[in-house]
Amino acid sequence: MAAVMPDHLHDAHHGPTGLMRWITTTNHKDIGTMYLIFSFIMFLSGGVMALTIRAELFQPGLQVVQPEFFNQLTTMHGLVMVFGAIMPAFVGFANWQIPLMIGASDMAFARMNNWSFWLLPVAAVLLIGSFFVPGGATAAGWTLYAPLSVQMGMGMDMAIFAIHIMGVSSIMGAINIVVTILNMRAPGMTMMKMPLFCWTWLITAYLLIAVMPVLAGAVTMVLTDRHFGTSFFSAAGGGDPVMYQHIFWFFGHPEVYIMILPAFGIVSQIIPTFARKPLFGYASMVYATSSIAILSFSVWAHHMFTTGMPAVGQLFFMYATMLIAVPTGVKVFNWIATMWRGSLTFETPMLWAVGFIFVFTMGGFTGLICAIAPIDIQVQDTYYVVAHFHYVLVAGSLFALFAGAYYWLPKWTGHMPDERIGKLHFWCSIVFFNITFFPMHFLGLAGMPRRIPDYALQFADFNMMASIGAFGFGLSQLIFLVAVVKCVRGGEKAAARSWEGAEGLEWTVPSPAPHHTFEEAPVFK
Amino acid sequence: MSHPTPVAAENRRLLVRLGIAAVVMFGFGFLLVPFYEKICEVTGINNLLKPDTVANTQVDITRTITVQFDANTHDLPWRFRPLQTHVKVHPGELVTVVYEVSNTRNEPVTGQAVPSYGPQLAGQFFRKLECFCFSKQTLAAGEKRTMPVAFVVDPALPADVTTITLSYTFFEVAGRRIADDAAGRRAGAAS
Ligand code: HEM
Ligand SMILES: [Cu+2]
Repeated sequence: MAAVMPDHLHDAHHGPTGLMRWITTTNHKDIGTMYLIFSFIMFLSGGVMALTIRAELFQPGLQVVQPEFFNQLTTMHGLVMVFGAIMPAFVGFANWQIPLMIGASDMAFARMNNWSFWLLPVAAVLLIGSFFVPGGATAAGWTLYAPLSVQMGMGMDMAIFAIHIMGVSSIMGAINIVVTILNMRAPGMTMMKMPLFCWTWLITAYLLIAVMPVLAGAVTMVLTDRHFGTSFFSAAGGGDPVMYQHIFWFFGHPEVYIMILPAFGIVSQIIPTFARKPLFGYASMVYATSSIAILSFSVWAHHMFTTGMPAVGQLFFMYATMLIAVPTGVKVFNWIATMWRGSLTFETPMLWAVGFIFVFTMGGFTGLICAIAPIDIQVQDTYYVVAHFHYVLVAGSLFALFAGAYYWLPKWTGHMPDERIGKLHFWCSIVFFNITFFPMHFLGLAGMPRRIPDYALQFADFNMMASIGAFGFGLSQLIFLVAVVKCVRGGEKAAARSWEGAEGLEWTVPSPAPHHTFEEAPVFK
Repeated sequence: MSHPTPVAAENRRLLVRLGIAAVVMFGFGFLLVPFYEKICEVTGINNLLKPDTVANTQVDITRTITVQFDANTHDLPWRFRPLQTHVKVHPGELVTVVYEVSNTRNEPVTGQAVPSYGPQLAGQFFRKLECFCFSKQTLAAGEKRTMPVAFVVDPALPADVTTITLSYTFFEVAGRRIADDAAGRRAGAAS
């Protein structure tokens, strides 16, 4: 304890105060907090777009927005949620937790860390600002397919620059994470003793370094096609729009794993805590994560089954995609085996984690169904795909983020989150989530295309249901805001080890974690 | 705190390596372009710009296929039309049709025609031996030109296909000027 006391006395922050403190900070906890706040703001912005979409789709016909604006909304909703909400939120978790979990005093490159964050608001302003330029925001879909993306107005250029900036931010963040994890672990913490959250982030960071530059290249080619007379994708000059899809999905599929692997990491921390048992099959989890990452480079064309690929190509990508579901299944199996005969309790973080396993797995299964080429040719570009990726991204990535937030809030704020509010948030979310997205499976199977502002009458009932669910889900997220604000303001004091069964270095420092931790590297047994 | 320097140096080395990896991957994205084209060439997918070869010249007079012709231009000041709306052909028979194109602008313009087929699957049974779409076409100011297309419908065409539509669209090559004009017009109309 003696080592901790002086730390505590020096907890007071030195250096600039007020706004300048946040702008100039190099402290991983401050930066983590900023990432989390930023992503929550983006989450709400993307949510408002989603609710506008659902308001338009509440009944057939055009009531709320014009089709052109509708297309801008679906595009921007996707871009904002993927690049503004989910990815930065995970980086926020990485900033807060990785140094605490491996016993490092900060991230390896603290100054670069500050830059990684402050690029994001710039990109966000550029992206959201594109709504207000002539012609409006890009409406080419979040995948920015050519030839549409080659034709749009200047909103498209702003989106391209925003993607460049966010890409640079992600790559710098990823490099920081790799270096921190590889070089700054406390003595005694070997790779195979490292908490799983760090493992999944390490692998995610490698994925980011590998594929974010490819996306940057793809949008750069779009940019030069638009303004500098090249024809990578414009058929006129001998280019090929289908090639854009290949390059995009070479990034795009690993990208979906970038958004889910850290979620797997968070859940793998939480389940053992509340089952009061070590994680079942730690090593197999590490290998499963690595093999998912490697395989994710060989499945991209499952997004392109209807582009007229030769049958051999379809078969290859179909089997490769099914193969990638195997390590994913190993993980689900391991989480369930961890809970098996554990002394389970269901505090808020555990509820979210168990909810994650249940609902995410449904998304995994619909993914497998989409992987079957003959079926996918039917459901491609229908609401079935929309249902699939919201089951894995909302009930997967987002639910895991909430689980992690409730789990580590005591460490961040020094107060236990209110169980009643947290549970209300969970139950409202999971019920409304399913009301929103389950009917989309039926809509897709019945043939309703995605990204349309109006639809045939036979789709009316399920759409109305989905819209009601969406408004319920959206409003439920305000409960989270209440929970966090209340937790920051006060509440039951959190112990250093805030949860009874929690293991790991982060639970050895006081709650809230002092501004500087592990100045003197701890020894990990 | 006793040995901060070795770790810092080690960190910097790793930073440089990972940075290089990121730059290499940026280049790799562009490398995918020739790679993609090579694959298309080797596997024979997407060879829109090369004459097909015909192996089987047996004419199947028991079947008659209607081939319809369609012509479009995309933001291009050209008048472009087929001189016949449709022809009836037997699979295996060599047929030549003629298109006419004229440049209505008073300066030279280069265009490239891209073919497409309805039904889509008929494309692989439609063998073009000669086509203006195999190369770029440059028309002088006000020039008018007639251009032939020689083709054979492969007798392996599935039995349920009785009509094929061949549709060409002319695009302007590498001149963004027209597209920019059009964008300007659209923006002007919006404001
Ligand atoms: C068992 C694992 C999975 C399999 C087999 C799978 C398979 C597929 C397939 C075949 C498609 C293409 C459907 C189509 O466009 O017709 C697809 C789309 C998609 N998947 Fe998955 N998937 C899996 C897991 C995930 C995960 C974990 C995520 C993200 C967290 C994800 C996110 C997406 C997204 C965003 C799309 C749609 C992209 C778009 O067209 O806009 N998938 N998935
Ligand atoms: Cu995919």
